[in-house]
Amino acid sequence: MSRRDNKMDVSYQLAIGGIAALALLILVGPVAIVLLSSLTDSQTLSFPPKGLSLRWYQQLFDAQRSAPIHAAAGHSVSVALVAAGTAVLLGTCAALGLQAQPSARWSRGLLAFFLSPLVLPGISFGLSALMFFSLLGLEPSLTLIVAGHLVMIVPFVLRTTTSSLLQLDRGLLESSAILGASQWYGFRRITLPLIAPGIAAGAFMATMASMDNVPVSLFLADAETDMLPIRMWGMMESTLDVRVAAVSGVLIVCVLLLMLVMERAVGLTKRIQG
Amino acid sequence: MRGLAMRAGEGALVLPLFLTFMLLFAAPLVLLLGVSLHNDPELEQWGLLTWKKFVQDGFYWQATLDTLRLGATTVVAAVLLGYPLALTYLSLGERGQRILLFIIIMPLLLSVVVRTFAWIVILSHEGVVNQTLLALGLTAAPLRLLQTELGLVISLTQIELPMLLLPLIAALSRLDRNLFDASSILGASRWRTLFKVILPLSLPGLIAGCTLVFASSTTAFISQSVIGGNRLVYLPLLIWQQTSVVYHWPMAAVISIVLLCTVLACLYVINLMGRKSMRYLHV
Repeated sequence: MSRRDNKMDVSYQLAIGGIAALALLILVGPVAIVLLSSLTDSQTLSFPPKGLSLRWYQQLFDAQRSAPIHAAAGHSVSVALVAAGTAVLLGTCAALGLQAQPSARWSRGLLAFFLSPLVLPGISFGLSALMFFSLLGLEPSLTLIVAGHLVMIVPFVLRTTTSSLLQLDRGLLESSAILGASQWYGFRRITLPLIAPGIAAGAFMATMASMDNVPVSLFLADAETDMLPIRMWGMMESTLDVRVAAVSGVLIVCVLLLMLVMERAVGLTKRIQG
Repeated sequence: MRGLAMRAGEGALVLPLFLTFMLLFAAPLVLLLGVSLHNDPELEQWGLLTWKKFVQDGFYWQATLDTLRLGATTVVAAVLLGYPLALTYLSLGERGQRILLFIIIMPLLLSVVVRTFAWIVILSHEGVVNQTLLALGLTAAPLRLLQTELGLVISLTQIELPMLLLPLIAALSRLDRNLFDASSILGASRWRTLFKVILPLSLPGLIAGCTLVFASSTTAFISQSVIGGNRLVYLPLLIWQQTSVVYHWPMAAVISIVLLCTVLACLYVINLMGRKSMRYLHV
């Protein structure tokens, strides 16, 4: 009996451990491969790279030859910052409002409504945003893209902020009220400092989601308002431009550095876990 | 009394976001329905002609089925690959858990375009997979992996894996470890503990993860178009073509609504099945 169990347990260890190792490799492998292949010195992408050089990075940072990429990156960063800033303001207010009666039917329904952009096909929303703005007679602009991104990224702020609020000890607020603090004072000195890391993690996720947004940008961007992911898609679609690898390399390094900073500052991994 | 008034005041904080969502999210989606009820691209004639065209054309049905199948296959692959990793997370120490979470979140924050690009490098003729197979003498000629459904499912599985892992790990972390010990003390093998105790209890997180993976893989336009190529036709590609190539807005709207409704219907079914199977837990 026990011998059979041991065999079963060994098979369990092997199977689960083996698949987990494979999953880890599949998660990390592509990132490493992109980084390495961006250092190739040949005209085409192959792996392992034939000869190492930074020539593609030089080309990418050449302000004249890569002007469209620089413009698109600039658009993406500014849209992301404005959209995420707005999402933090609206999302935090809404999270506080929903907190008033977290288990009431209206607040549960509203939360589902605000989180629904996470599971609705983004491409359907992108198309409807395009039609909506066109029929209102609005020309494509970065403002419209911000408006579209806002809807898509609010859920990230809402999720982390709501979970921080849930972990907040209501007793603290009650004590401060008993001791004569106004509601506003309690919010400023107790609630806000305690949920700030949650808001910051949500803001970070929202910024990244906006930088990465394809469906809305696809429909709302034109030549004047080109966005980075769409520009990269163009570079991959026609002839595979090796500079895509260099752009990817820059993005990977930026994301890693930002994540390390956020992890130090607000414990990003814990916040995202909720 | 004063407390009630304060509560109502707090609740009003929801209003700015609610109004924004009504204007920028609900209104455009309602408009989508309106546009789909036109017969002509100029939007002058109301009617059901476009819907009729969609329903009568087998090509659209095929694309719808292909899209749903792509989502389902990706979900299954992600669960098979992700669940063991989530279990392994449980057996790690505090530090290991943080590092693993970091590794899971990193690709999630990295642009989808970058991750799609990585798979082009891996799956192309001169890519990692083919080079390895050729070096080992397992194939004589490079395999065609790009522009196949297999290649697309592999790529999407990696791209969406973090979406499954985060809610799943959150659910597993909340479980009481004593249950696992109790199960093994009572003589259950580790497999039995997994299928009889851990899996049923982690269902809410698993379903949340599956929902996200299904939703993102069915609408992953960039991956579908770059890795699938023009030989594989999914609904997002058709929406894009009808909008930017053919300029037939009503048809684009019809396809968008079909995509939206079928995805939501599938999510509803996934949730329903999950709730049904959870019911016996709360007897």
